[in-house]
Amino acid sequence: MGFKSYCFKKSLWVFHFGGASCNNCDIEILDCLTPRHDLERFGILLVGSIRHADVLLVNGSINRRDKERLLEIYNQAPKPILVVAIGACGCTGGIFAEGMTFAGPVDKIIPVNAYIPGCPPKPEAIIAGIVKLVNNS
Amino acid sequence: MSKKTLIPIGPYHPLQEEPELFKLYCDGEIVKDIKWETGYNHRGIEKLSESKTYEQVFFLVERICGICSTSHPFAFANAVEEIVGKEITDRAKYIRSIIGELERLHSHLLWVGLAGHFLGYNTVFMWAWKYREPILDIFEMITGNRNSYAMFKVGGVRRDIEGTKIPAIQKVLDDFKKKADLLTGAVMDDPVIHARTRGVGILTKQDVIDYAAVGPTARASGLAIDIRKDDPYAAYPLVNWKVITAQAGDVFAKAEVRLLEMYESISIIEQCLEGLKKEKEGDISVKVTEIPEGTGNGRAEAPRGEVFHFVVSDGSSSPARHKIRAPSYVNIATFRKSCIGQTIADATISLAAVDPCYCCTERMAVAYDVHSGKKLMNAEELINLSVKRTNDIRDND
Repeated sequence: MGFKSYCFKKSLWVFHFGGASCNNCDIEILDCLTPRHDLERFGILLVGSIRHADVLLVNGSINRRDKERLLEIYNQAPKPILVVAIGACGCTGGIFAEGMTFAGPVDKIIPVNAYIPGCPPKPEAIIAGIVKLVNNS
Repeated sequence: MSKKTLIPIGPYHPLQEEPELFKLYCDGEIVKDIKWETGYNHRGIEKLSESKTYEQVFFLVERICGICSTSHPFAFANAVEEIVGKEITDRAKYIRSIIGELERLHSHLLWVGLAGHFLGYNTVFMWAWKYREPILDIFEMITGNRNSYAMFKVGGVRRDIEGTKIPAIQKVLDDFKKKADLLTGAVMDDPVIHARTRGVGILTKQDVIDYAAVGPTARASGLAIDIRKDDPYAAYPLVNWKVITAQAGDVFAKAEVRLLEMYESISIIEQCLEGLKKEKEGDISVKVTEIPEGTGNGRAEAPRGEVFHFVVSDGSSSPARHKIRAPSYVNIATFRKSCIGQTIADATISLAAVDPCYCCTERMAVAYDVHSGKKLMNAEELINLSVKRTNDIRDND
C-alpha cells in the first residue's frame, strides 16, 4: 500500500469550494449529506476549513475573482489532496465558458483528479464519482 | 469613536453555499455596521444572453440560479410573449404554474432547513431536506431533471404532463401535506426557535417600503405584494388562493409566511391538476415563427420575490438587450436595517432570513434620479469607483 492510498483509506473529509456557480451543484452536494443519501454513513464529512480536508470539491465556472482564491485554497490544502470538479461548469465551463469574466475551467488552474459531469449531477452520480476516485487512488 | 472589530463572514465560509463576503464591524458582541462584497459569482449573463438565440436564452437564464430556476425563464417568457403579443394555451398556463409552485415548495423547504442550520438546529435542516426529496422526485418524473427543468419556450412549454402521471403527483402531494403539518407544527411550537427568532432582525413596514423589498421579506412585514396577484400571469388568475402576510417583520414572521405559503402552493398545484384534466392533451404550445421589433417587460413571483426581465428585440434571432433584476438584489439592502444593533449570533440568522441568493444578485444597475431624470452615476464615475475598490481590496490583502 502506497502512501497516497494509505491517506485515503478511511473517512474522507470534504471541503466545498463553490465558484461562480448557479447553486445547483451546491445544493446537490448538500443533498448528498442529508437523510436520503446520507454520505456521513461512510465517514464523508463536510468540513469548514481546507486544512482539515482530504478532498476539495470545486463546482461552478471560475471567474477572474475566484481564480486567485481557488489557487490560494489549493496551496493551503494539506497534500496529498484529491480534487474533484463537479458539474458541467466545473469540468469545462459549461454555458458560461464564453462569458467575459470566465477564467478557465478548474483543470487549467489546479490539477484535477476526477470529473463528475451533469447539470447538475445527481447525488447518485456524485457518490459514484467519489467511490471510483477512492478505489483508484 | 470607539474602535470596532471586523468580523468577516466569507467569501468561502462553511455556513454559506455561495461565495460572498460580509464584513461585520462589531463593538463587543454588537454589530455596529455591515458591508458586503460580491463579484465572486459574476458570470456576465446579460452579455452572454445577447449572443444566444431566444430558444437558447431559456437554458441560460435557467442557470442564473439553480434554486429558482423556473422563475427566470418564467419572467423571460412573459417578456418575450409581450413582444410577440400571442396568448398561450390554457394547458400550457396550468403546466407553467404547476412547475412554478412546485419550485416554490422545494425552495421554501430548502430555506427552512438552512434557517435551522444557521440557528445550529441541524435536526430541522435534516428533516426539511428529507421532505424536500419527494418534490424533486415529481420534478424528475415530469421534466427528467431534479433541478434545471428546461420546461419553458416561447409560446408554451416543452413537455406535457400526461393524465397518467397526475395520480402519482397527487399521491406525493397528499403524503407531503401530512409531513408539512408535522414540520410546520414542530417549527412554530418549538421554544428554541421562538427564543432565537422572535424579535430578531425586525423590518418595519416603512423599512420595507423605503428599501423596496419584495417577496416573503415584504409580506412578513404586513405589505401584501405578490406579482401573482398584482400583475397576474399564467394560470394564477384561474385558481383560488390568497396572499399570506404576517405583521411582526421578524425572522419568525418570515418563517411563518414561508411555511404557510407552502399550503397555498399545494392548493394551487391541486387546482391546476384539476384544470389539466379538462384541457386537451398535447395542446401545449402555440407556434411563434418570428419575434418582431419591440420591448417587453416580464415579471414573475419567484420564491424570494419579484423577478423582472426586460428584453429589447431588434427583429433578429437574439435579444438586442436583456436586463435582469432578481429579488435578492433589493432584499440584501435591508441588512442595514435588520442586522445593525443585533448581536453577532443573531446577525447570521437575520442575514439568512431574506433567503438571499447571490447568484441571482450578481449584476449591475444604474440609478436615475426620479425628478430630473439624470443618471446618479455616469460611466466615468463608475470606472473611478471600480478602480478605487480594486485598490482597496489590494491594500487589504
